[in-house]
Amino acid sequence: MEAPKQQESQRAGVMDEWFVPKKRTLGEAETVIRPSVSYWKDAWRRLLKNKLAMVGLVCLILLVFMAIFGPIISPHSATHQVLQQQNLPPSSEHWFGTDELGRDVFSRTWEGARISLFVGVVAALIDFIIGVTYGGIAGYKGGKIDHYMMRFVEILYGLPYLLVVILVSVVLEPGLFSIIFAISITGWVGMARMVRGQVLQIKNYEFVLASQTFGTKTSRIIRRNLLPNTMGPIIVQMTLTVPSAIFAEAFLSFLGIGIQPPLASWGSMASDALPVILSGDWWRLFFPAFFISLTMFSFNVLGDGLQDALDPKLRR
Amino acid sequence: MTKYLVKRFIAMLITLWLIITLTFFLMHALPGSPFNEERSTSEAVQKNLEAHFNLDKPVPVQYIEYLKSVIQFDFGPSIKKSSQTVNELLGRGFPVSFELGFVTLTVAILSGITLGVLAALRHNGLIDYMAMTIAVLGISIPNFVFATLLIQQVAVNWELLPVATWKSWRHMVLPTLALATGPMAIIARLTRSSMLEVLTQDYILTAKAKGLTPAKIVLKHALKNALLPVVTVLGSLAAGILTGTFVIEKIFAIPGMGKYFVDSINNRDYPVIMGTTIFYSTLLIFLLFLVDVAYGLLDPRIKLHKKEAK
Repeated sequence: MEAPKQQESQRAGVMDEWFVPKKRTLGEAETVIRPSVSYWKDAWRRLLKNKLAMVGLVCLILLVFMAIFGPIISPHSATHQVLQQQNLPPSSEHWFGTDELGRDVFSRTWEGARISLFVGVVAALIDFIIGVTYGGIAGYKGGKIDHYMMRFVEILYGLPYLLVVILVSVVLEPGLFSIIFAISITGWVGMARMVRGQVLQIKNYEFVLASQTFGTKTSRIIRRNLLPNTMGPIIVQMTLTVPSAIFAEAFLSFLGIGIQPPLASWGSMASDALPVILSGDWWRLFFPAFFISLTMFSFNVLGDGLQDALDPKLRR
Repeated sequence: MTKYLVKRFIAMLITLWLIITLTFFLMHALPGSPFNEERSTSEAVQKNLEAHFNLDKPVPVQYIEYLKSVIQFDFGPSIKKSSQTVNELLGRGFPVSFELGFVTLTVAILSGITLGVLAALRHNGLIDYMAMTIAVLGISIPNFVFATLLIQQVAVNWELLPVATWKSWRHMVLPTLALATGPMAIIARLTRSSMLEVLTQDYILTAKAKGLTPAKIVLKHALKNALLPVVTVLGSLAAGILTGTFVIEKIFAIPGMGKYFVDSINNRDYPVIMGTTIFYSTLLIFLLFLVDVAYGLLDPRIKLHKKEAK
């Protein structure tokens, strides 16, 4: 090995001492210089490339920001009535105009944003907790338990979603938590079905078997081995639950069985605006309509983007 | 197949029974009675009223009696609209709602499929982007918001079409449009993605190699297979349109079932709420059943009884 190398360098007229052979160490040969791209890093990178999803994400950040600070920076309260200032068009005093009771539409819009986002996020969290637990147990246990648990889910799945929501809201005292309860009561079923399907697949992999042979407890296997591997689809499902919950709340409030006055919700604001659109008071309808559509748009495109980004089959 | 149908039918009956029971006990769990109003009635009148509406018996007896009458499709009298039965309300409202729902579903399916196919054929082209923009907007804008915006712009500002009610075809345009956009968007997206997948299949290449015209390839070979996923969502889309009719009928003052349902909710007219809920649920569950059966018939690769074995 040594001899031909020396000859070559001498032939080229290059001094040997210019080159010092690099000492080989065993550890170094094993290291990978390029950092390994984890599943989450890769997903994030692909999400960043998805322009539409990024637009959705930025809009959501802005909406959340305004939901927190909008009512604070507004000089008017959302429920304060000034009867001399009814149905004013947008101006420097009232940025989004006022409604028929002289309340500031700007403040009410962001109060509505708080309620919509709160309902959406809490409903998604409840779906997550119930759906993942239920689906995880059914999928992992399998057999008879799975059979009966899924029969129950199938029956719930057959119930028309919005009809149940309406029925439950009619019976409960109207209020924010009744709405969330009504939305979640059958909302978790989709999540449970999805998680069960995933768990059924993953539980037959070797690493789960390895865990089982070590005598790990069932709850720990579900939590540490099965769920992290289904996190992708779970996140997508949650992102897409939010707009449907927001829609359900707005739908209920529009029908008058959701958020009750003096609280504002985008659905109830749109409903209140119905009688006055004939007189041309466009701002009453436009602002709640625009922001509810923007919110649903953002969650939908972000969910779609996440679905593509988190799909391991599309990974490069 | 028969075994599957019987099983599926029994599951359907159980779901329906569950809905009836749930509705009944939810309504009876409510505090107070429908007759608690400012207008005070004498005790004798109150007793008579309760006897008339079967409210004087214990709850389990009422439940059995209600089940019996529901099986005979008799939903009892309305409490608030005296001298009217729930059946009469349904009989008057259903044809109107059915018309609205049917036209909407047809419009949504036809336009959704057309949009999806065009988008897939011009993948990443201008039509594709336009179609997908429409689809995303259609999913994002709630139908009641779209309906009010349509009234404001088309009916009030431009005065092109009537604002409300249900008389001629011109009255039908705006409600149908408002209700059809969401389902159309979902169908368009589904058709596009499954069409894109189907177009890469070998049999499409074969069809091309045989020298078939593009129109024949798309309509006969591609579309037929691409539509299967669309069939699966038809049931839930019909459900969405059905619940959508509640708000759309309210907004456009259409005298359909949805309007009676919303009115009954606001009046707390329990027999009407119960009757309409059960009627709607029956309709929906039956639709889902039909969709499942249709799916099995359309796709020879799917054997319905094998689905059960999983």
